[in-house]
Amino acid sequence: MKRLVDWVDERFPLTATWKQHLSEYYAPKNFNFWYFFGSLALLVLVNQIVTGIFLTMNYKPDANLAFASVEYIMRDVRWGWLIRYMHSTGASMFFIVVYLHMWRGLIYGSGRKPRELIWIFGMLIYVCLMAEAFMGYLLPWGQMSYWGAQVIISLFGALPYVGNALTTWIRGDFVVSDATLNRFFAFHVIAVPLILLCLVVAHLIALHEVGSNNPDGVDIKKHKDPKTGIPLDGIPFHPYYTVKDIVGVVVFLMVFSAVIFFAPGLHGFFLEPNNFIPANPMQTPPAIHPLWYFTPYYAILRAVPNKLMGVILMGCSIVVMFFLPWLDRSPARSIRYKGSIYKLALVVFLVSFFGLAYLGMQEPTPTITMFARIFTVGYFAFYLLMPLYTKMDKAKPVPERVTFHGQSAAGTHLSFEPVAERVAK
Amino acid sequence: MVNDKEVDRGKRRFLIAATSAVGGVATVGVAIPFIASMLPSERAKAAGAPVKFDISKVEPGMLVTVQWRGKPVWVIHRTPQMLATLQLHNNRLRDPNSNEPQQPPYCKNPTRSIKPEYMIAVGICTHLGCVPTYRPDINGAGLPHPWEGGFLCPCHGSLYDLACRVFKDVPAPLNLVVPPHKYLTDTMIKIGEDA
Amino acid sequence: MKKLIGLMLLLAPLAVHADEGVKLQTAPVNLENKASLQRGAQIFANYCLSCHSANYMRYNRLQDLGLTTDQISQNLMFASDKVGARMTVAMNPADAAKWFGNAPPDLTDIARSQGANWLYTYLLSFYRDNSRPTGWNNALFKNVAMPFPLWQQQGEQKLVVDQVTGPNGKKVEVDHLVLAKPGTMTPTQYQAMVGDLVNYLVYLGEPIQETRKKDGIFVLLFLAVFFIPAYYLYKEYWKDIH
Repeated sequence: MKRLVDWVDERFPLTATWKQHLSEYYAPKNFNFWYFFGSLALLVLVNQIVTGIFLTMNYKPDANLAFASVEYIMRDVRWGWLIRYMHSTGASMFFIVVYLHMWRGLIYGSGRKPRELIWIFGMLIYVCLMAEAFMGYLLPWGQMSYWGAQVIISLFGALPYVGNALTTWIRGDFVVSDATLNRFFAFHVIAVPLILLCLVVAHLIALHEVGSNNPDGVDIKKHKDPKTGIPLDGIPFHPYYTVKDIVGVVVFLMVFSAVIFFAPGLHGFFLEPNNFIPANPMQTPPAIHPLWYFTPYYAILRAVPNKLMGVILMGCSIVVMFFLPWLDRSPARSIRYKGSIYKLALVVFLVSFFGLAYLGMQEPTPTITMFARIFTVGYFAFYLLMPLYTKMDKAKPVPERVTFHGQSAAGTHLSFEPVAERVAK
Repeated sequence: MVNDKEVDRGKRRFLIAATSAVGGVATVGVAIPFIASMLPSERAKAAGAPVKFDISKVEPGMLVTVQWRGKPVWVIHRTPQMLATLQLHNNRLRDPNSNEPQQPPYCKNPTRSIKPEYMIAVGICTHLGCVPTYRPDINGAGLPHPWEGGFLCPCHGSLYDLACRVFKDVPAPLNLVVPPHKYLTDTMIKIGEDA
Repeated sequence: MKKLIGLMLLLAPLAVHADEGVKLQTAPVNLENKASLQRGAQIFANYCLSCHSANYMRYNRLQDLGLTTDQISQNLMFASDKVGARMTVAMNPADAAKWFGNAPPDLTDIARSQGANWLYTYLLSFYRDNSRPTGWNNALFKNVAMPFPLWQQQGEQKLVVDQVTGPNGKKVEVDHLVLAKPGTMTPTQYQAMVGDLVNYLVYLGEPIQETRKKDGIFVLLFLAVFFIPAYYLYKEYWKDIH
């Protein structure tokens, strides 16, 4: 075995890569619950790719056959139902995991200098994911697939001058049709996943270049062991975080399996009842709204009484997130050391985001629209006023070292000896 | 502080082994549905269901192809003269007595059939899966001499006699497959179900 | 493509049912009740399959319900001869559209799109309305195109509109159904019959669902076992970290 590894190492940096990214990648030792979601996102990505490959073995991207081929997978292919539910549940779980991962970045200032590029790559991954989810949702060719695509593609029609030509170009037809289905299939199964994978690699390379942030938002590289050069508060990712992440993965799989096996449609949140009716270009379903992960933006779109402005504002609601690393002017990265104004702003943001998510699922009434406008203001105020209120806010002093409470009673004191050395002893 | 005395290496080894074992079982458990999904589906099974065929439609000396599981199944109505030729070339056949399990037990006989005059066989060459050509013409052109009638595979020249037994010195290793079949009535057969 | 659009057009009315105001009744769904599912399958074959297809369902799958292939082909199959065949319908959709105004929708997934309670209430809500071409209307699905195939069993219901004084003093119209002419069944028997049918439609929407839940229990138990060594492995390694 050793000789084989040596043989490979002379030709490919196998051991060096393993060390650089796992066994000698020093992550802060104080990661908490929120730090599970990065590795979980990777797990869901693998799930989506593997189940997706097996679904394409039986799916037919043809307007006349698509709906029936999905039913074929659900009924005639052995275990096809499981593979399909893993994929459809995985899509929603992907967004849950990614939203929690982004929330972590938000509260601990993970995108702040020097991690701006990690945040940007992450945002690009999020945008790709939205494109992936949107185009994938057309493929079952049910009523919601069809009309969801119709509505979202029509958004581009709001652009002045080029709008109409652009929507026709996207669809490849005058309505959403077989041509649209076929090209969305191509994008969904190969083009976007390729970009997504590249971005994930870039995200991780950037992360491992500057090192992980932590719940205290302190820079662990400031205090290194003078002899080894290893951060005093850093621990090797492998084995410490690999064994920890396995526990996270098992718990996540419990939740994931519970949905797949007991409520794969999750009461219409993950699979909509109307999508069990084949697409009908002549008849819009009585209620139409996107799946839950898009509803906040959909609510913003509907809150504006002007088509173009609605589309622009919806676009801005995502674009503004890219600038997060520069909007926060607080001396503290982490919420732990930020003042009460920031915490209040965060509450406003949370209420607005969840409020918009809820409103996006409701039928638009004047009351709903009024609340959607209030929450839209709240949503944008959180980002756009951030430079002001984070400057005004009184941040607490940020400690030099991370706070960490060990497992044993004796372990509560701070150790100045790096783990690697201790293990080596 | 951690040192060798504190780290219980035996416990760690045990826990690593236990976690890996359960993880391995999980991986295999997940792989099974994916692998099984590539087996024939209910649609394929329904399409591959037994087929009925009325053999009285086949004229003496003629061959009719029936589709079963997507494969060509031949029904050959052998004349008494044709049947008489079957004993003439046993020394030139690889497996004249049908010892290889290429037919159901009830067809392991000199004519490889239930009724001697009706030969039922899957028309797929045992060499590389091509469909051989029916050549009942005695000593016909492009055939070895003597030729009492049989099949020639156009791809690599494999030869079979009228009981679909393979000749020696051709690439095909085995006799053609006789599918499971049974007689529902005197003239109605069901291909795909054992007699 | 034209045919497809035509077909979809015909499916349309299902999506536009106006059911505001009618309270849905709870369907007695129990997929472990094989006897109920078998009765439902029989009712479905007798009364639904002559006009509606269940195109994604194969007859031989009914072995799930404890039926043998011989029982299936003898009692439930009228249209086709192969037991692995799908539950298609002989009726041409264009003809059906001429006769009913709409082609009857495929029923394979009907319980998934409409829900069991909707279907149950719908089948209990037909009433006599001579202004309709079929002579029947439905309190849940106004001006439904479907004739009422179970009228002999249920009898004839009538829509009665009452003037009621609402809490704010305004007069409100409240309608309810009364059985004007009894059928061959008592209302309880008829409800049981419709219950069996809806139970079967729920099964039809996802035949695997009972197996799926059993598999789920197994998977969750396995993961619970997995958790134990994984957790102690984590705890053991993290003893190093102070």
